[in-house]
Amino acid sequence: MSDAVLDTLTRQEYPHGFVTDIDTDVIPAGLSEDVVRLISNKKGEPEWLLDWRLKAYRHWLTMVEPKWARVTYPPIDYQKIVYYAAPRSSKEGAPKSLADVEPELLAMYEKLGVPLKEREILAGVAVDAVIDSVSVATTFKEKLASVGIIFCSFSEAVREHPDLVKKYLGSVVPSSDNFFAALNAAVFSDGSFCFIPKGVRCPMELSTYFRINQADTGQFERTLIVAEQGAVVSYLEGCTAPKRDTNQLHAAVVELVALDDAQIKYSTVQNWYPGDREGKGGIYNFVTKRGKCAGRNSRISWTQVETGSAITWKYPSCILLGDGSVGAFYSVALTNNYQQADTGTKMIHIGKNTRSTIVSKGISAGHGQNTYRGAVTIMKNAEGARNYSQCDSLLIGDQCGAHTFPYIEVKNSSATLEHEASTSKIGEDQLFYCRQRGLSAEDAVSLIVNGFAKRVLKELPMEFAVEAQKLLGVSLEGSVG
Amino acid sequence: MNLLEITNLHASIEEDGHEILKGINLVIRPGEVHALMGPNGSGKSTLAHVLSGRPGYVVTQGSARFLGMDLLAMPAEMRAREGIFLAFQYPVEIPGVSNTYFLRTAVNTVRKHRGQPELDAIDFLALLDEKAKLVEMEETLLNRSVNEGFSGGEKKRNEVLQMAVLDPKLAILDETDSGLDIDALRVAASGVNALRDGARGMLVITHYQRLLDYIIPDFVHVLSDGKIVKSGDKNLAKELEAKGYSWIEKEPPATASAVAGAAAR
Repeated sequence: MSDAVLDTLTRQEYPHGFVTDIDTDVIPAGLSEDVVRLISNKKGEPEWLLDWRLKAYRHWLTMVEPKWARVTYPPIDYQKIVYYAAPRSSKEGAPKSLADVEPELLAMYEKLGVPLKEREILAGVAVDAVIDSVSVATTFKEKLASVGIIFCSFSEAVREHPDLVKKYLGSVVPSSDNFFAALNAAVFSDGSFCFIPKGVRCPMELSTYFRINQADTGQFERTLIVAEQGAVVSYLEGCTAPKRDTNQLHAAVVELVALDDAQIKYSTVQNWYPGDREGKGGIYNFVTKRGKCAGRNSRISWTQVETGSAITWKYPSCILLGDGSVGAFYSVALTNNYQQADTGTKMIHIGKNTRSTIVSKGISAGHGQNTYRGAVTIMKNAEGARNYSQCDSLLIGDQCGAHTFPYIEVKNSSATLEHEASTSKIGEDQLFYCRQRGLSAEDAVSLIVNGFAKRVLKELPMEFAVEAQKLLGVSLEGSVG
Repeated sequence: MNLLEITNLHASIEEDGHEILKGINLVIRPGEVHALMGPNGSGKSTLAHVLSGRPGYVVTQGSARFLGMDLLAMPAEMRAREGIFLAFQYPVEIPGVSNTYFLRTAVNTVRKHRGQPELDAIDFLALLDEKAKLVEMEETLLNRSVNEGFSGGEKKRNEVLQMAVLDPKLAILDETDSGLDIDALRVAASGVNALRDGARGMLVITHYQRLLDYIIPDFVHVLSDGKIVKSGDKNLAKELEAKGYSWIEKEPPATASAVAGAAAR
């Protein structure tokens, strides 16, 4: 009965599924040491970085793809993926200012709702725009530089700030960490780099906007954010890709480092192409994100709204090394049609009096499969550690699934852990109640889902919270049981 | 024009085809308050659900017109926007959605449909404040999630509050008295009474006569096995209280036309 009501919801196409015609420098598909060398060479990298890549590549060859996640997909042929694609105009190095950026690119971002120019002037959000393998534009660089903040593409950081990159690259996610992280370390092409010096509070939101445009390319970006003593930064990433029948791989790595009293807030609105209603196409989003609270009383919080991708495999985690450090993970993961998500977090308590909070909200509709997988580890010396976990699942229709795998490992008896979990279903009752008050079925579903996810959405920076709310509504249109 | 005109209405449960309503005839004119009584399982709540458009029922015969419109052809939300309000027997919880936000969304949807300008936050809060006094609703309840963690009495008062704010033309109260203690019942009833304005029609569904001590109906109907078997004035309710429903069920059922005539008197 409720299915019939949900069935009346209109069907909406993925709005970002267009392809932009850009002259692109693409290398042939396939992976080998030569390809790793070629990528490094194209980027004019120093010897140490090439060595780092090659070491990662050789290690990757010895590894096998992880199979423990509750997702299924046909085997990936890593020789059929293109590992480097760049808009040709940016070959000469990153543009100095927006004036140097190709108009087609600016128009593309405009169409995606990320108008680089307007953002620069009106919104006060600094944006690093990454298309396929390279960063094409970074706004507000000069203004940020005036307070000592470095915000640039990863390639530029390697050229201009090699010591910082060398010091922190791989310090949180080693190149041998896992299969996809090792692959990324070997072939990563670009990404964002951000450094907030001691005592500086970043005066604006920083954001990176990732876009896959080229067919058959993988996107392997790397983000590194370092907040020195007492520094504070809020960072947001967004992602979209064209509609294609084939699956595309996105294997990114994000590393965060927070020193004493520093705070990093990292928010993601992930809207990669999810595939069509029959489950054809879509992005495989296999991402490693980890933050290290290296200093005393440092804080790292991850907030993610995951609505896109055919398959999501990601576990933004916190290593709570410094005494009194605090980690948080707030997540909304939505799977509709044939999407699969296996996502969660790891909170590793090492320092004394470390605290962590996990709030996970999974929403499954259509044939979507949504898994929360989380680990809370309290190490031997983590005196007085505390964790609070809450995992809630919301089901829409009767063809979808929700699964929860919380792992807890405690090696110190002074720890306090709380875990709450619930599973509920959008019932005919809730829908009818809203409709009897005059709301349309679409508005009712959107209202109920947003209410369910509210605890997480309120962690997002204000303007993105509004965007995320709309996205949840749109992603559920056409959801059937 | 009649507010509501139900003619020979038959309805079954969609899933198993079991017929619940077996030929209902009822007319409600503007300003009238009708009480619908009857034993458990007689079809009282089903009638409320069919009139408000709840999925899960099939109308097999008959009609229901609301201000001349074919009510049964309209989806639930259109019926609500046109002015039909159902106070739920079991109000539903919506976690994470504040009562105020929910109600404002509903009011503005209805206002938009009626061609009235939408209320901004300030005007809406003024309206809400005024109506909340009718049902002695504390401000804290307005900011909590819809019905979440509300006591039985608070939920029912919240229903009456929503009714006051949405200003319907026809209000159907489905066992608003169930689960209420005497004080809560008095508050809910006085809220309902404040909304009697000579134009708004009400269909008050109840199992017990008790509620009708507070909301004095113009007409009382007794439903038994899917049909209205007896209609009368408020004294019928008192008689029922004294003699029980078995007294009615033993009598031969009234003919449909006689009942319709009584109701339309």
